[in-house]
Amino acid sequence: MHLGLDEPVRECQYNQICTRNSSPMETLSHKKKRTPRRKWQIFPGRNRFYCNGRVMMARQTGVFYLTLVLIMVTSGLFFAFDCPFLASNLTPAIPVIGGVLFLFVLGMLLRASFSDPGVLPRATPDEAADLERQMDAANGSSGPGYRPPPRIREVVINGQTVKLKYCFTCKIFRPPRASHCSLCDNCVERFDHHCPWVGNCVGKRNYRFFYLFILSLSFLTIFIFAFVITHVILRSNRSGFLNALKDSPASVLEVVVCFFSVWSIVGLSGFHTYLISSNQTTNEDIKGSWSTKRAKNNYNPYSYGNVLTNCCAALCGPLHPSLIDRRGFIQPDTPQPLSHSNGSGLYPSTQNHTHMAAATPLLHSDPVMMGRAGPPPSGKTSLGGPCSSLAPSQPSLPSSMPGLGCAGDMLTLRDPDAHCHHHHFVSPEEMPSPLGPSSLVLPFAAHGGHLNPAQLYDPASQDSLHEDSVRGLVKLSSV
Amino acid sequence: MGRSWDFQHDNDPKHKAIFHNLQELRHSASLANKVFIQRDYSEGTTCRFQTKFPSELDSRIERTLFEDTVKTLNNYYAEAEKIGGQSYLEGCLACTTAYIIFLCMETRYEKVLKKIGRYIQEQNEKIYAPRGLLITDPIERGMRVIEISIYEDRASSGSSSGSSSTSGTSAR
Repeated sequence: MHLGLDEPVRECQYNQICTRNSSPMETLSHKKKRTPRRKWQIFPGRNRFYCNGRVMMARQTGVFYLTLVLIMVTSGLFFAFDCPFLASNLTPAIPVIGGVLFLFVLGMLLRASFSDPGVLPRATPDEAADLERQMDAANGSSGPGYRPPPRIREVVINGQTVKLKYCFTCKIFRPPRASHCSLCDNCVERFDHHCPWVGNCVGKRNYRFFYLFILSLSFLTIFIFAFVITHVILRSNRSGFLNALKDSPASVLEVVVCFFSVWSIVGLSGFHTYLISSNQTTNEDIKGSWSTKRAKNNYNPYSYGNVLTNCCAALCGPLHPSLIDRRGFIQPDTPQPLSHSNGSGLYPSTQNHTHMAAATPLLHSDPVMMGRAGPPPSGKTSLGGPCSSLAPSQPSLPSSMPGLGCAGDMLTLRDPDAHCHHHHFVSPEEMPSPLGPSSLVLPFAAHGGHLNPAQLYDPASQDSLHEDSVRGLVKLSSV
Repeated sequence: MGRSWDFQHDNDPKHKAIFHNLQELRHSASLANKVFIQRDYSEGTTCRFQTKFPSELDSRIERTLFEDTVKTLNNYYAEAEKIGGQSYLEGCLACTTAYIIFLCMETRYEKVLKKIGRYIQEQNEKIYAPRGLLITDPIERGMRVIEISIYEDRASSGSSSGSSSTSGTSAR
């Protein structure tokens, strides 16, 4: 009765669907031949991906290349001009240590720049609809006493009341400590800041790399600075100061670069060491979220109480996996249903290479949804209303920390609430538009498998149709 | 880094059995609704889901079964995110090798995520699918929600879905 059970699971699914549809086999094989696209290609944030999704950076990467050039040129000059002298006159350990430090710095920089900082994927249309329903219900009901506005949820963490805000772009309630980066247009978990020097946001997943980068860079800078000075002094002792400078002109450049870097980098390392030991993010520190100036009994609910535990947790804690699965394959069937008339739009099950447990494939209402930038242009969802009437976003906070290298960092804390419409249409939309509806079209390979597009759920009209639209979901009733 | 758990070439008869069940579910049922179990942040930013029993599932599944599932999932996540001896060891080892070691080794979190995937599969097969429900692994939803899909028996809801489809279409 059930065909294909002796074949691998994936094939099994395809065959099952195929035999139950009236669609010709050719369409399926046609589909199979098409190169499946990866999720990074339709990622809605303003990020750049390289190496087929393995590398993820912010859009503006100019300053990152500057950082790279500065580090490599200075170190290169050091190894080329100063090390030979130092190795022969002092000890060969100097270039070795320098080399190790340099490689470590580079490794940490690349790791911080190229990894996913902890981006939260945007909500699927179903989730967004569900949340919206809840918010509307909360809006409508008027009870006695204080009730926070529906777009804010309050939660008590370790005795402190924390407000969770609703993000209009990502359509989720942001977890505590998460923030929306307006440069990258993503919500990032445990958002620290957006660092242009590193060319990426610094968040939960890459904070330790960022910290180790600036720490090792401080050591490297001090190391180079110290040994270049030593080199010049030793040479001057032999042949006079001016001759020494003439013999190794690169040293001057190195000293200048290192001198200016030391103040900023070492200062920044010190600042972040303080942040780590008190388990705060730059964001929280700047806003003074846990400062006693705000309220007498204000304290940081995330801190473990002692410095050592805080440090260990930040640096040696578990490494969370990336939530955006950028190299996963988009379910090729998911966007199909409306553009292709065959019922083999019934995707799901098949795509096991998106690592879904066997059970979940049936439901793939997919992350592809996040690529859905263009709902049918009646696309003014109910969120459009509140969106435009929201208070203007917070101004970017000036980075007032003196002498910090990342002083140019944009502590972009603004809620891009005012831009929510814009973002809907920014993402690269190459998928046929009804990804929204298709998510709700179930997997159920109908007998006959005709999907009536007209019956598919249109998220745009949810405003007044919550009940109906949810009920009217799977209209495979063309039985 | 892409995730490595994938059942693509899985010939495990147990998985085929799952498909058997799910196929039966598919043939006779249609998606009616989805329930989302949100995150519980009362203990901080660690991953926990609310154990509050949603009213939509009232008639579909026993409260205790549901709560057990969510509690077990919460325990798994707590285990993955636990900060203790093993995680420190892993962290220090990784740091000293400049994180190159993760090219060959899986992090503990990833191992636990695989366990969670298997657990959810097993729950679906044994408990949820027979009741016309299906749980989606939270990792597929960015760890924001546990999505539970409710299927209705098509035979019984044929007329109702027919009528709501017309209202759905006309409303568009």
